[in-house]
Amino acid sequence: MTNEIVKQRLSEKFGEQLAGFDESFGMLAVSAPAELNLKIMQFLHDDEQLKFRFLTDLTAIHYPDRKGEELCIAYHLHNLVDNIRMRLKVYVPIERPDVSTATQLFSGANWMERETYDFYGVNFVGHPNLTRILNVDEMDYFPMRKEYAMEDPTRVDKDDEMFGRGGTVA
Amino acid sequence: MSELQKNQQQHITLAEESLQKQSTTLNLGPTHPATHGVFQNILEIDGEKVLDAVPTIGYIHRAFEKIAERRPYYQITPLTDRLNYCSAPINNMGWHMTLEKLIGIKTPKRVDYMRVLIMELARIADHLICNSVIAVDTGALTAFTYVFQWRELIYEIYEEICGSRLTTNMGRVGGFERNFSDVAFQKINKFIDGFPKVMEEFESLLNRNRIFMERCIGAGPISAERALNYSFTGPNLRAAGVDYDVRVAQPYCSYEDFDFKIPVGTTGDVYDRFMVRNGEIWESFSIVKQALAKIAQLENDDPAQKDIFYAPESDHYHLPAKEDVYTKMEALIYHFKMVMGEINVPAGEIYHSVEGANGELGFYLISDGGRSPYRLHFRRPCFIYYQAYPEMIKNGLLSDAIIALSSLNVIAGELDA
Repeated sequence: MTNEIVKQRLSEKFGEQLAGFDESFGMLAVSAPAELNLKIMQFLHDDEQLKFRFLTDLTAIHYPDRKGEELCIAYHLHNLVDNIRMRLKVYVPIERPDVSTATQLFSGANWMERETYDFYGVNFVGHPNLTRILNVDEMDYFPMRKEYAMEDPTRVDKDDEMFGRGGTVA
Repeated sequence: MSELQKNQQQHITLAEESLQKQSTTLNLGPTHPATHGVFQNILEIDGEKVLDAVPTIGYIHRAFEKIAERRPYYQITPLTDRLNYCSAPINNMGWHMTLEKLIGIKTPKRVDYMRVLIMELARIADHLICNSVIAVDTGALTAFTYVFQWRELIYEIYEEICGSRLTTNMGRVGGFERNFSDVAFQKINKFIDGFPKVMEEFESLLNRNRIFMERCIGAGPISAERALNYSFTGPNLRAAGVDYDVRVAQPYCSYEDFDFKIPVGTTGDVYDRFMVRNGEIWESFSIVKQALAKIAQLENDDPAQKDIFYAPESDHYHLPAKEDVYTKMEALIYHFKMVMGEINVPAGEIYHSVEGANGELGFYLISDGGRSPYRLHFRRPCFIYYQAYPEMIKNGLLSDAIIALSSLNVIAGELDA
């Protein structure tokens, strides 16, 4: 079992629908349209050859500059039999961050999705209890999004230039 | 509203029919002495039987992932300390190794063995706490106070190596901040000489203790299938019978050079988790001895190895020794650049995981080439497996729920990040 086989099986099944592959640091990363996330995971889970039946991690990333695909949801899957990992990434627009829940497939996705919702506001459609988990229930924003700066905005010694990036974030 | 409810105090809003129901709602925690940390569970109990549980978490959430987006890389190490603070060095080393993988630094063998030595000592310390606390929760305090002396010695070893005990902030990218002192090696040898006897006594107190066995066997079980579906890792998964260990599956830090076994259980109950951890303590102890022997072998083959404690190519990331900072210009420049956070890290996206004391601790790091991570996500094993807790204690006794919680080794700092 190698990244090549996974790539090949996925291409056979989903063909042109997949947005791209990446293999940096030895881990296969697949980008796909958001509406396909569950179909792909189900295929990876059920396929007799692929057997990606362990959800290692689930999180989101906010890219304010990518219009129409501001939020990225990253799944880390693991085939424990052949000991191979992969990453699945889907992108959703921040105005409508809807993506299907993976709780039917993995019980462990429950809290991971709640955490992702809590910090990024990703709406996992079909989740049994999509409520805040680490932050207080009364919170009315999603704190990990990039528009919420860490530092006091009046401080000039902690602007983005000090962190190797030009200009200010969003 | 019933007649009864009208007479209740006005500031308490009772759920409709709550006085008529046969079960009791019990608020366990967040500061209950038997939960060993800030865990709240709202239990629905019928007599002694647990019908349902709803955990509330987040009491000590400190927004580490957000803070990490605004910290230079070396300032993130102290954040990792505060995840699983019972075995902070494993978190530190895991974080350094993630960065080394991203930058492309290859650490020398001696550094790897030193790291393995410390990580396994940390695993022993962590398991000692967890297992002795299971005994405390079943009513036996002796074992706990006894093994804590040896955890103390492990903390003294940390202190000798990095200067601090609990939240260690140990090591740097590429290796250690300084070489292990002779005293550190003396203390490690003292540990190796004295610990097996203590561990044997600890085991003889509990392993075949009838009362302990009756309390633990069958309490809070989980099947291998459910454990995998819940993304369990670490001793809790192995107690259910799945031999997944990151040290073997994706060896890091030269673990492939070591000879050790992976203890597994069958039923995934409290007793199996206890026994798996005991087995792991012995394996870790053997790894510590092997690491020490390997370090001695390296020094024996080449005396110059004695001075190697970090990767030479990590100069740009490794804080130079203080005496060099005061006397050498390059060292002063690097020191300044590092402390001011002016060291850029190449752009890239990486997931690296280590076998933490309670499961697979993963670091998902996205760097955009800046001086702080663009995004850093910690895969915290106990955040992921704690969600199975209600399912595990359902239809068991309340006292089983308590020992199930301690045997899961849920660390509040890691749970809430």
